[in-house]
Amino acid sequence: MSTPTDRRYTKEHEWVRVDDGVGTVGVTDYAQDQLGDIVYLDLPTPGTPVKLFEKLGEIESVKAVSDFYSPVSGEVVDVNEAVADHPELVNESPYEKGWLVRVRLADPAELDALLTAEQYDALLAEAEAE
Amino acid sequence: MTVPYIANTDADRRAMLAAIGVASSDELFDDIPPEFRIEGLSLPPALSEPELVRELSALAERNRPAGAMPSFLGGGAYRHFIPSVVGEVIGRSEFATAYTPYQAEISQGTLQTAFEFQSMVCELTGMDVANAGMYDGASALAEACLMAVGVTGRQRIALLSTVHPHSQAVARTYAFGRGLAVDVMPPDALALGEQHACLAVQQPNFFGCIEDVEALEKAAHTAGALFVASVDPISLGLFRPPGEYAADIVVGDGQSLGVPLSYGGPYVGFFACRQQHLRQMPGRLVGRTTDARGRTGYVLTLQTREQHIRRERATSNICTSQQLVALAATVYLAALGKQGLRQVAELCYHKAHYAADRIAALPGYSLAGGGVFFKEFVVRCPPAAGGPAAINRALLERGIIGGLDVSNQIAGGLLFCVTELNTRQEIDALVEGLGSVNG
Amino acid sequence: MADAKPLEDPERNLGARLTFDLSQAGRRACTLPPLDVPEAPLPPANLLRRDLNLPELSQVDLIRYFLALSRLNYSVDTGFYPLGSCTMKYNPKVHEDLARLPGFAQAHPLQPVETVQGALALMYDLQRCLAEITGLDAVSLAPAAGAQGELTGMLIVKAYLADSGQEGRTRVLVPDSAHGTNPATATMAGFQVVTVPSDAQGNTDMAAFVAALDDGVAAMMLTLPNTLGLFCPNIGEIAEMLHRRGALLYGDGANLNALLGRARFGDMGFDVVHMNMHKTFSTPHGGGGPGAGPVAVKGFLAPYLPTPVVEKDGDAFLLAAPERSIGRMGLFHGHFGVLLRAYAYIRTLGAAGLRQVSENAVLNANYVLARLGQTYQLPYDRRCMHEVVFSGSRQRAKGVHTWDIAKRLIDYGFHPPTVYFPLIVDEALMIEPTETESKEALDAFCDALLAIAREVEEEPEVVLGAPHTAPVGRLDEATAARKPVLRWQAP
Repeated sequence: MSTPTDRRYTKEHEWVRVDDGVGTVGVTDYAQDQLGDIVYLDLPTPGTPVKLFEKLGEIESVKAVSDFYSPVSGEVVDVNEAVADHPELVNESPYEKGWLVRVRLADPAELDALLTAEQYDALLAEAEAE
Repeated sequence: MTVPYIANTDADRRAMLAAIGVASSDELFDDIPPEFRIEGLSLPPALSEPELVRELSALAERNRPAGAMPSFLGGGAYRHFIPSVVGEVIGRSEFATAYTPYQAEISQGTLQTAFEFQSMVCELTGMDVANAGMYDGASALAEACLMAVGVTGRQRIALLSTVHPHSQAVARTYAFGRGLAVDVMPPDALALGEQHACLAVQQPNFFGCIEDVEALEKAAHTAGALFVASVDPISLGLFRPPGEYAADIVVGDGQSLGVPLSYGGPYVGFFACRQQHLRQMPGRLVGRTTDARGRTGYVLTLQTREQHIRRERATSNICTSQQLVALAATVYLAALGKQGLRQVAELCYHKAHYAADRIAALPGYSLAGGGVFFKEFVVRCPPAAGGPAAINRALLERGIIGGLDVSNQIAGGLLFCVTELNTRQEIDALVEGLGSVNG
Repeated sequence: MADAKPLEDPERNLGARLTFDLSQAGRRACTLPPLDVPEAPLPPANLLRRDLNLPELSQVDLIRYFLALSRLNYSVDTGFYPLGSCTMKYNPKVHEDLARLPGFAQAHPLQPVETVQGALALMYDLQRCLAEITGLDAVSLAPAAGAQGELTGMLIVKAYLADSGQEGRTRVLVPDSAHGTNPATATMAGFQVVTVPSDAQGNTDMAAFVAALDDGVAAMMLTLPNTLGLFCPNIGEIAEMLHRRGALLYGDGANLNALLGRARFGDMGFDVVHMNMHKTFSTPHGGGGPGAGPVAVKGFLAPYLPTPVVEKDGDAFLLAAPERSIGRMGLFHGHFGVLLRAYAYIRTLGAAGLRQVSENAVLNANYVLARLGQTYQLPYDRRCMHEVVFSGSRQRAKGVHTWDIAKRLIDYGFHPPTVYFPLIVDEALMIEPTETESKEALDAFCDALLAIAREVEEEPEVVLGAPHTAPVGRLDEATAARKPVLRWQAP
């Protein structure tokens, strides 16, 4: 799966794609592969305020639990109900059907500090070389 | 000296030392700083098997075990009938010497029987989901209170004063760890507030009385607290289960289900709750699933709640639990079955009432409670008899283990327990004994 | 006419049918005597249950069912468990006979103490033996398992510090190699966990330890030898530094098998220690308990031990509450049935026997290290104690994970070792042979691992699909977690 260029990335393997001031947040293909079969997601409730890089929720696989963090500051406006019943969507379609949370951005300038697809790919290549 | 449990001979050791490349095994302990090395310990000399049996049998003979004589002692541990099939099954070393079933493919015996235990606890208690067991009823109650704190976010625990004093004590110990407040309240003077995470009650209570659980449940839920019920599993052969009176978490001790008294343990706690709280449960959970060939199998599941994965954020620190004892309880329930458990409960109920009626008819003795009771009841003893301790000594001289002295809670009080194992003759002998002690 | 299926058909597998499925109305596996007293009026109907759904089985069906299940289990009595950190040693059978003696099995915990002097004498002597073995001063036998022993120990620390006005010490140092129960326990005791990394030799990183040690630290929790099977030579210094800073040292005694009769926690500066009877002291693991986790403390902490302890007054034994006790840990006073087995073990071995235990445990582990060290990567190039950790990283380069190697060992007739623990070793494979295995058993086990390493090179598919010969294959754990089925349901 190639890294979509229509969005930004974090070092902790989250992505955010902004439409009209609202950022859709998910985890990358690399993240879902590392986690293995995802079995449960602990997502915030709409209305919750979030700060940049603050913990947004938890992703559980069979043998591990991992925090995921918000790539932006703002307020949670929506969560993906579908992944509650079908957590495997995050494994199958991490960039589309497996989105996790939607956040209304408080400060769009924050996006500039995030990684582009190219920069994220470079990060992964470096990690693999180690 | 030859230790029977060590296979290596001197020849074996020499071969291994050669392969490792050291001259003696002492060298393998070089990492221990010299100032900490010791040469030996001051312990009694080693015993051969016959000597060991002689020595420990002598210790056992110095006991007069209540379980082997007419006994009316309860108070959280009970002399119940243990069908011989229980010992037969838990004596199988494939069950007894197996490890925790992390490698599911070669642990289906342990896993399937744990799943049976979970299923039976759900049926008994009327709850949605049960775990594979806790240490005992007291720590299960404490962990239920901690779970209620986790679910509600509130910081106070309410316990009814009629909960077993030892269970109350354990709840306090666990609450101390987390800095939680514990409020003990009598049933007729509840004072529940917005800060209470739960109200915990025992059914039947410590004195054998059936509580008005409907009123207690209403009070708990009105205050926004979870309703936690600690129940006697034998009573559930007769009385309606907590699932029917809206309990949120149900716990109890399974010692009555085929587990020997064993001077206080090991017993097994059971822990059940509603589906919506599943992910906050402590303890192991066994789930049913299939393998690639479609064969049904069982596996530890939702492990991400537990300490080995979630570490400092785990729902509990519990690791080794009471699996073999849970198996005993499972075999017991399967052996008694739906008819048998009902019959045990009825025998306990009628015999306890017969004993209570006969004792209450003795001059100077009276029943302390009113209302419905099961298996246990408190008797106020006449002062002329010298008090509960003196009465029990007199009974012991007649070869009877008397009730539990509860005079610190009820003046002159003795808590008697009557089970299906107490024959009419035993009960009549108890009554006669009590009658003759009275001045 | 129902279609009969031969034994190897998947539909015949035992997992598909539980006692509830085998149940037939009217069957009983045992009988009870009739009521021999007048019936009392039953309680009002609204208090009674209307139905009880438990299975009904004949005795023969019940026995066949449970025995068939027992044969699906691996166990110490069927084979070797190389499980690191578990000390799955042989469980002596004479202990089972002793546990069944009526004087022990039928004693009620609340009987007057005059009637159970034998049980109390046993507990008192066990307290003394465990104090001697650990080099500490006072012992409680109350905790139900290792984790509860840990909680007991940390609550003792908390209570002691609170009494001396030191509630401000809210942090506990825990090595990154620690067993998960350590941080979980620290949290249950109300502390904040600070993780201290290990250095390249597998010891506590002293610089990191010093940096983390401030006046807010209540205690450090250390396993010795640690979960890598390595003895941290700086232990004396660590203890001293903690004490100078006003903090305490907690010992996780899970690996005591390596130290029996060789070194004592008390001598090295530990203030409080828990032990696992079901590890070091041979009591059976039971498929996940029961165990027992006694706690030993230095004299100044004795007043805080849980209630009750066994004391002696003249010739008589009694149960007593320590004057500043943290309270009760369980319904009664400990798992007597487990404790008596541990006591029998100590009395069988004596001091010389316990030294032979540690000698052979450490020898066996180093032999495994010698035999496998060329083939499986050793993350720490040094002698081990009673357990050895390998990394499956060499094999992962060929596309085979430690998980697969573990499953393939099942086909060779062995239970897998501990895998993916401790967390600081990549693709960890931890082996603790214990002293009860013979050299032949160790050789057979090492030969199997060497054969699997060859398979990884030459035909990895057979490793990846393992196990092929167990009663069930790899189970769908993802579905079990996504859609949990946790109880029997009527079809």
